[in-house]
Amino acid sequence: MADASIASGAPSRPKYGSMSRDRTWALRWSYFFLVLFAIFFLMPPIYMLITSLKTSAEISAATNPWWISNPTLQNYIDLLSQNQFLVFFRNSAIVSICVVILTMMISVIAAFALARMKFWGSATLATGVFLTYLIPETLLFIPLFKMFAWVNETLGIQLMNHWWTMIILYPTLTVPFATWIMIGYFASIPKELDEAALIDGATWMQTLTKIFIPVALPGIIAATIFTFTVSWAQFLYPLAFTTSTSELVLPVGIITTLIKGDVFNWGQIMTGALLGAAPPLIIYAFLMDYYIAGLTAGATKG
Amino acid sequence: MADVAARNPADLSTQPRSGLHKLMQRKSTIAFLMALPLILLITILVAYPAGYAVYLATLNKGMTRFVGFGNFEFLFGRDTFWLVVYQSCLFAITAVIFKAIIGFVVAHFVHNIPSKGQRKWRGMLLVPWVIPPAMSTLAWLWLFDPSYSALNWLLGFFGIEGIPWTGEAGWARFSVILVNVWIGSPFFMIMYLAALKSVPEQLYEAASIDGATWWQRIWYVTLPMMRNIIAITALFSLIVTFANFDIVRVLTAGGPLNSTHIFGTWAFRVGIEGGDIPLGAAVSLFMVPILAVAATFILRDITKRGSEV
Repeated sequence: MADASIASGAPSRPKYGSMSRDRTWALRWSYFFLVLFAIFFLMPPIYMLITSLKTSAEISAATNPWWISNPTLQNYIDLLSQNQFLVFFRNSAIVSICVVILTMMISVIAAFALARMKFWGSATLATGVFLTYLIPETLLFIPLFKMFAWVNETLGIQLMNHWWTMIILYPTLTVPFATWIMIGYFASIPKELDEAALIDGATWMQTLTKIFIPVALPGIIAATIFTFTVSWAQFLYPLAFTTSTSELVLPVGIITTLIKGDVFNWGQIMTGALLGAAPPLIIYAFLMDYYIAGLTAGATKG
Repeated sequence: MADVAARNPADLSTQPRSGLHKLMQRKSTIAFLMALPLILLITILVAYPAGYAVYLATLNKGMTRFVGFGNFEFLFGRDTFWLVVYQSCLFAITAVIFKAIIGFVVAHFVHNIPSKGQRKWRGMLLVPWVIPPAMSTLAWLWLFDPSYSALNWLLGFFGIEGIPWTGEAGWARFSVILVNVWIGSPFFMIMYLAALKSVPEQLYEAASIDGATWWQRIWYVTLPMMRNIIAITALFSLIVTFANFDIVRVLTAGGPLNSTHIFGTWAFRVGIEGGDIPLGAAVSLFMVPILAVAATFILRDITKRGSEV
């Protein structure tokens, strides 16, 4: 379409049919470059899949790396029969699900209060929520490390080296963003709707559960997907705070246990990486539109 | 609306109520209680640690003695620190520029094709953003492998000599930026695509009638209309890229010879692995200025748009 304008805007006299011809060429070029970019964007995941279907012998024999001569599922069988890998998977799944539930409870209720029931300092708090979203975890992990040591000394609760500590930590990454998205969605709901409910004698909680949550459901789904993806992918906190193999979550587990010294078992590493990438990819495949809505809402709403 | 909420429960009930009960019925009290979990979470696990980092950075290694700016003075005297500063800026700025350009170009191509097929392409091109970065970086690590690199195999196929992707300082810097661009540009693409769709078609028609070339249409119509989105996406990405950890950690772990360390990974190396928590805190605090500048601009944009509505 961009190139089509050359035809209409060119100083030379446009001939009949040149416009549509240019349009087809613009379309062909678009497809050509889209294919190139798709190859670039999809190359690593495809290569993961290719490697995961190879035997170790085939990987170390320096043949064409992009071709599989003896496809095998052995890597998958080996990995899924390892108790250790299943423990990582379980840890990741429990952490992510708990974080999603916790995040959505905190952020939906708080976003409702911030969007509709103004109270002293609520505008400042909304800005504060957004600012917290901008504070990266790379800034917080060192003080948190020290705080955990302090908690252990004074309260006797060992937070270090437990997978469930992640349930406490991940909401710091997910709640600000989820709240921010939900404030945007709630603010777009017409005021007449909740006024009508209040006049009918609904309490604030009823207004939230009977009106706001159903109406803002797409936003809630988007925030849920985002929360899950973030907590599934989080790498720094588990790397800094957990060390025993039984306490690791999937991304850290794959990187610290499958890469042993100088011996890289790439078939298994790629299988693990692919299985680790699978849950977010599957969710994305089914709920792509919600995913994209949440992505664009984060920066455009507000 | 406010009065309705406050009066409603009180009017219906005829029993006398205690002061506390009345307080509990007030709208602002209920609202505050509803936001309380959020406030506690932010205060205890974000605001307090952020402030605590400043305090930690002023202690000595054993965290027994106050040394003021001692850690910062120590850092300023070390070559590695300046290397990290240089690499962090190079990494973040180059990566954001390339992400923005690639995102913009790809968004245009997706926008060009019939809308029937757009969803499919958009879905395919967003895949890098969905895969956990630590996992996709592993795939890149394998693609960059010194002896079995599949990329070098492809280059060899075209008669080009193999590249030491992660082995040599210059190429290692290139590689971490490449992986970051690969992961981040789909996000730009999605944002720009949404923005492109919101530009009214009449503007392009008017520009065409005035004889604008495709380049003039992009420069005088598309870019001005998308200015806000471009700026805010770039600022967001600048923050995230500057504070990156996963990619560098998995791909090079800072090597070769600390040449790819950025603030996040070096703080981890010094603070957690090296056991010098105050020094690590001091390193990570150097991210604050650039974060603060970017955050100020984003906030200004948001409040400006908020007041326009």
